[in-house]
Amino acid sequence: MSIRHGLLALLDQGPRYGYQLRSEFEARTGATWPLNVGQVYTTLGRLERDGLVEPAGEDDEGHLFYAVTEAGRTELRQWFDTPVPRTNPPRDELAIKLAMAVGVPGVDVQAVVQSQRRHSMKALQDYTRLKAQALNAGEQQSDLAWLLVLEQLIFQTEAEIRWLDHCESRLAQQAARSAPAPAPAPPASTTGRPRRSRI
Amino acid sequence: MSTTHTEPRPPVLHLDQVSRVHGHGAAEVHALRGVELVVHPGELVAVMGPSGSGKSTLLTLAGGLDSPTSGRVLVEGAVLGELSRKQQAQVRRRSVGYVFQDYNLIPALTAAENIALPRELDGVSGRTARREALAALEELGIPELADRFPDDMSGGQQQRVAIARALIGDRRLVLADEPTGALDSTTGEAVLAVLRARCDAGAAAMMVTHEARHAAWADRVVFLRDGRLVDQSVSRDAASLLVAAATNSVKGPGE
Ligand SMILES: Nc1ncnc2c1ncn2[C@@H]1O[C@H](COP(=O)(O)OP(=O)(O)O)[C@@H](O)[C@H]1O
Ligand SMILES: [Mg+2]
Repeated sequence: MSIRHGLLALLDQGPRYGYQLRSEFEARTGATWPLNVGQVYTTLGRLERDGLVEPAGEDDEGHLFYAVTEAGRTELRQWFDTPVPRTNPPRDELAIKLAMAVGVPGVDVQAVVQSQRRHSMKALQDYTRLKAQALNAGEQQSDLAWLLVLEQLIFQTEAEIRWLDHCESRLAQQAARSAPAPAPAPPASTTGRPRRSRI
Repeated sequence: MSTTHTEPRPPVLHLDQVSRVHGHGAAEVHALRGVELVVHPGELVAVMGPSGSGKSTLLTLAGGLDSPTSGRVLVEGAVLGELSRKQQAQVRRRSVGYVFQDYNLIPALTAAENIALPRELDGVSGRTARREALAALEELGIPELADRFPDDMSGGQQQRVAIARALIGDRRLVLADEPTGALDSTTGEAVLAVLRARCDAGAAAMMVTHEARHAAWADRVVFLRDGRLVDQSVSRDAASLLVAAATNSVKGPGE
C-alpha cells in the first residue's frame, strides 16, 4: 500500500497537517490500513526531501501544514496513470500452504481447504455487513471511498473462496483418478448399504 | 432490562435428523444424510455446496414439497408429516414463500396476477391482493412489469417476479433456490438486500447459492457435502443473535 501516494492525493486537495492527513486517510480506507501518526510524519519528511511536498505555514494552534509541489502533482498523475504492477505475484501464504499440504502424509488437504473456506466466508460476511451499513449511510466522498475499498476486499475474498471451491473439486477429481475402486461407505450410514457415488 | 416471561417462540424451521433417499436398490441415492438444522426468526441462512450435494433436496423438504425418508421437518413448531394434506397446503401457502430455481411462473397470468395468486387462494380480496402484488413488485424495483406475461420477460425479470411472489403476505419463512442465478451483480445485490430486510424485520430465510459474495449476506452459511452438513460460518453479529434466540424468551404474538 502506497502511503506516499495516498498522502500526495490528499494534499492535492489543499494544504493539510499531519494529524489531519491521518484521519482523512483512515476515513477513506475505513481504517483498513491503520496509520500511526509517526508513519505520516516519516512519510512527509521523505516527500519533502524528494521535493514533492513543502511546508506551508502554521496555524494558531501550532499545526504545521504541508502543500503539494508541482513535482508532487506530476508524481501523483503518474501514479494514477500507471497500472499497479502484477508481474510479481504477491507471495500468498495460502497458496504456499496448499501447495505444501499436497503430498505431505497425514495432512487432510480437504480439511485445510474447508477450514480456510469457513474463515474466509466469515470475513466476507463481516465485510458485507459493513457494506450494507455503508450503503445505508450518507453520501459523503469518504463514504464512497470506503465503499470502494470494502468492495475490493469483498471481491478479493470471494475470489479466494472460488479458488478454494476449485481446489476442492480438483482434489476430488485427482482422488477419483488415482483410486478407481470406490471408497467404502463412511460409518455414519445407518442402512449399511454401500454409498452410491454421485455424478 | 426486564422482560415479562412468555413462551419462547419456536424456531421458524427445524430439520430434525432429516434424511432423504431417492430411488431403490442399485439406483439408490442418499441425497441427505441425518441433517440437523434450526433456523430462528430474523435469520438469513445460505446453503452452499458442490452440485449434487443435496442443496435443492434440503430446500424442498424444508418447504414441504417433498417428505423425508426419515427424520422430521418442523415449520413454526408444527411437524409437517403430522398435518393433514389440507393443513400442509395451508402452511405452504401462508407461512412459506418458495422461489424455485426455474421460477415456475404461470405463463397464462401476468406478473401481478402470478404474485397475487397465493393471496387470493388464501381468501384475500382481488383488489387487496393486487395492491399487495404491486407493492412487492415495487420492493423489487420492477413495478413496470406488473402487466407483462412471463414469456415477455427476461430470465432475470422472471426471477424477480418469482421472488416477489414468495415475499407477498406475511411469510415467516422464505426459501429460495439460487435466487440470484439469472441476475447481474448489482441486481442480485438488490434482491439480497430485500431478503436481508425481510429477515431484519423478523422473518427467516434460507437460500441456496453458488456465489460466496451473495452467501455473505447471510447470518449463517452452511456447507453441504454428499448430503451432510459438514461445517458452517456464522457472522459476528449473528453469533450474538443466536445466543439471544437460545437464551431469551421472545415476546409472544399476544403481546
Ligand atoms: N427426484 C430424484 N430422483 C433421483 N435422484 C435425485 C432426485 N432428486 C435429486 N436426486 C439426487 O440427489 C442428489 C442431490 O440432488 P440435489 O438436492 O438436486 O443437489 P444440488 O441441489 O446440491 O445440486 C443428487 O445426486 C441427485 O442426482
Ligand atoms: Mg440444486
